[in-house]
Amino acid sequence: MEKQKFDNKVVQWVDDRLPVFSYLNHEYVDFPMPKNLNYFWNFGALATITLVTMIVTGIVLAMQYTPHTTLAFDSVERIMRDVNYGWLMRYIHANGASMFFIVVYIHIFRGLYYGSYKAPRELIWMLGVVILLLMMGTAFMGYVLPWGQMSYWGAQVITDFFTAIPFVGDAITTWLRGDFVIDNATLNRFFSLHYLLPFVIVGVVAFHVTALHIAGSNNPDGIDIKDPQDTVPFTPYFTAKDSVGIGVFLIVWASFIFFAPNFLGHPDNYIEAQPLSTPAHIVPEWYFLPFYAILRSITFDVLFLEAKLLGVIAMGASIMILFILPWLDTSKVRSARYRPLYRLFFWVLLVDCVILGIVGAKSPNDLVISGVDWFEYKTLGLLATIYYFAHFLVLIPIIGKIETPKPLPTSISQPVTGGGGFAPAGSASAAKRGKA
Amino acid sequence: MPRLTMKAALAVIFLFGATTTAANSAEIVSFPKKDWSWQGVFGTYDRSQLQRGLQAYKSVCAACHGLKFIAFRDLMDLGYSAAEIKAFAKTIEVTNAEPNDEGEIFKRPARAADYFPDPFPNKQAARAANNGAYPPDLSLVVESRVGGADYLHALLTGYTDPPKGVKLGDGMYYNKAYPGHQIAMPAPIMDDSVEYKDGTKPTVNQIATDVTAFLAWASEPNMEARKSMGIKVMLFLFAFLFVLIGMKRRTWSNVH
Amino acid sequence: MTEPHAEDEERRDFLQLAAGAIGGVGAVTFAWPLVDSMSPSAEVLALSSTELDVSSIKPGQAILVKWRKRPYFVRRRTKPEIEAAEKVDIASLREPEADKDRVTKSEWLVVSASCTHFGCIPKGAKVGDDRGEFGGFFCPCHGSHYDTSGRIRKGPAPRNLPVPPHNFVSDKILKIG
Repeated sequence: MEKQKFDNKVVQWVDDRLPVFSYLNHEYVDFPMPKNLNYFWNFGALATITLVTMIVTGIVLAMQYTPHTTLAFDSVERIMRDVNYGWLMRYIHANGASMFFIVVYIHIFRGLYYGSYKAPRELIWMLGVVILLLMMGTAFMGYVLPWGQMSYWGAQVITDFFTAIPFVGDAITTWLRGDFVIDNATLNRFFSLHYLLPFVIVGVVAFHVTALHIAGSNNPDGIDIKDPQDTVPFTPYFTAKDSVGIGVFLIVWASFIFFAPNFLGHPDNYIEAQPLSTPAHIVPEWYFLPFYAILRSITFDVLFLEAKLLGVIAMGASIMILFILPWLDTSKVRSARYRPLYRLFFWVLLVDCVILGIVGAKSPNDLVISGVDWFEYKTLGLLATIYYFAHFLVLIPIIGKIETPKPLPTSISQPVTGGGGFAPAGSASAAKRGKA
Repeated sequence: MPRLTMKAALAVIFLFGATTTAANSAEIVSFPKKDWSWQGVFGTYDRSQLQRGLQAYKSVCAACHGLKFIAFRDLMDLGYSAAEIKAFAKTIEVTNAEPNDEGEIFKRPARAADYFPDPFPNKQAARAANNGAYPPDLSLVVESRVGGADYLHALLTGYTDPPKGVKLGDGMYYNKAYPGHQIAMPAPIMDDSVEYKDGTKPTVNQIATDVTAFLAWASEPNMEARKSMGIKVMLFLFAFLFVLIGMKRRTWSNVH
Repeated sequence: MTEPHAEDEERRDFLQLAAGAIGGVGAVTFAWPLVDSMSPSAEVLALSSTELDVSSIKPGQAILVKWRKRPYFVRRRTKPEIEAAEKVDIASLREPEADKDRVTKSEWLVVSASCTHFGCIPKGAKVGDDRGEFGGFFCPCHGSHYDTSGRIRKGPAPRNLPVPPHNFVSDKILKIG
């Protein structure tokens, strides 16, 4: 990396000793970005903004919160009623968790669509999956802290997963909880870890972005940068574009905070935890619903493996499978813009994930269509789970091999400037610009 | 275009999921949606309604239900002056936090800084006095029930004779809105249960509406501050977005 | 570069400036609730004044009470104590203050019970306590002597015992704060 020369003497002095300013200039001012990025490339920046805001509001909330079973619920109500702007901090933080997952899910689906997980960006992708796992842990523990009915019973159900592990399951679960049931020991350690994990996320994000800056950003056409004409510097072009995305994002977030602050939550969590009274329906927060559906979809034993254990394994596998995606996909073409068959199944996957989410919120024995007795939600859940795994393990490898991709443009600039011919990628058919 | 139809399909599935997920239990009890003064972006509480509701709470509900997150000073929100609150608080006895010099726990008249006292010393005593059922604290009742204020109003006005063939459990009453339809609380309000200071006619519907409004306020006293800040924030954000879009387009004008 | 391009750059800069300024205002406005949430909350401020029934305190007696979670003396002074306080030559005091400026009713002394040296609670409120050489309060930690008006007379304490805002809402009720 070149060291920059600065006009300001103080800045130059610092930079000679610790090149932060040169670094920032290299990474966030001069950095060459493909000029054809669309707004789906905003979501990484949105995720960073959300992470920072969550940390800041979280620290302020932690000043007022008490992590003891007899005081936690009351301390949250005190924050809502008596702490200056406490209600605002709490609503920003609670809705921010949902915003964080919306942004990250879109960010992930962007990666799936445009082949951002493919070489040379495999490690960026895998680090991203690590971030997702850390987010899920953080969110789960954070939700326990208010010590409402859903907090308590959600924690009870999820820590129960570990009892499914053969032989050592019960011992591990007791160790995790610090007690035979979810109680004060659990609450206190969840508070400690909930405070810690976001900073671990910051560290993994730093690796994620550093790795990204080695390969450079992918782009909607999925083709490599050929010359500087294909690029624009990050500042001012993407500082400006990301700002627009941030503006829209803040409007969405503010709409929830100020006008529907409890829409994404569950009323039962405004009832203090009652260890002797289970709520009628234990439902996790919306962002966990697809995984919850997968967990509950396995209702049958297979040989010596119990249904409960299989469900836990399936749920874990649904995320782990993302790690190996770069090697499951056999296609040489990155972007779904030029992969008609892959594109079709991408949308099917998205619909499948939405269906899993809906299934996760329902009672397994409820009927999907009233009157049709055999079609219960648990059946739909099983079908959707089977598709999910088939998509990654069967369809993606096969599609890469049998698909006829559309001809790729010769360069990023080419579709815009209109010059040059096409490099057909595996087909002699007439040129067709991929914009669909 | 295939993308549009896919997005349309997604939208349909989202809506299906959202609307059917809203109903919580296997048996869907629906209750009429009422118009409440605090609904919508510009919603506010109706102070005279809240005052009537407070009166109703104090004379009907406070005997069994606590309101532990509301302090008497919070009632300033209802339009009372500090002196009125002081006088009101004095009529209510609370347990002093510290024992007296002889080591005895004692009760004293409440001050503005005190919270509404629990009618029972503990949960077990509450159950014992109410046929084994625990009258829940009402501070968050509107926020903690699916259906919120609509549900609460439907509950308070939903007492009827059980339909044919339904056998009531011991000490239970039939209610149209309550999940499972059998509730341990007898109908708390009748016509003229409360004599309103402002002369409003105290029908069951009126009392139910007023006390529901009061309890909605109790669940979220900061609602008006939230919405008013929200309007300012949204105006700011839209203006900001306008400038940002302008900046982006100018910046990109030589590339597009 | 042609004219329109320079104009574009100008507009670009203005918009960047406007966006930056608005963003800055937004950021500061967002920061304010974060900072203010650390200030005392409503239920703490609700305890910002205390009312006491002092009718059971006899002349010569004193009690120790809490106001805003800190200790205060309320002493009902006898006539000799009042005279001693009023007679003192103010100029000779470490912190010159007239007794009449420290009381609302001369019979009642209301002062902080936190020694102005390092914060110990001085003796003198309980029956049998050492009141020091000036008949007021005596701090055993480092030997500060206060007089019957709570003023420092001897010892390391730099200032008189501070007087909190107080008034009598009735003959029996003293309100502090």
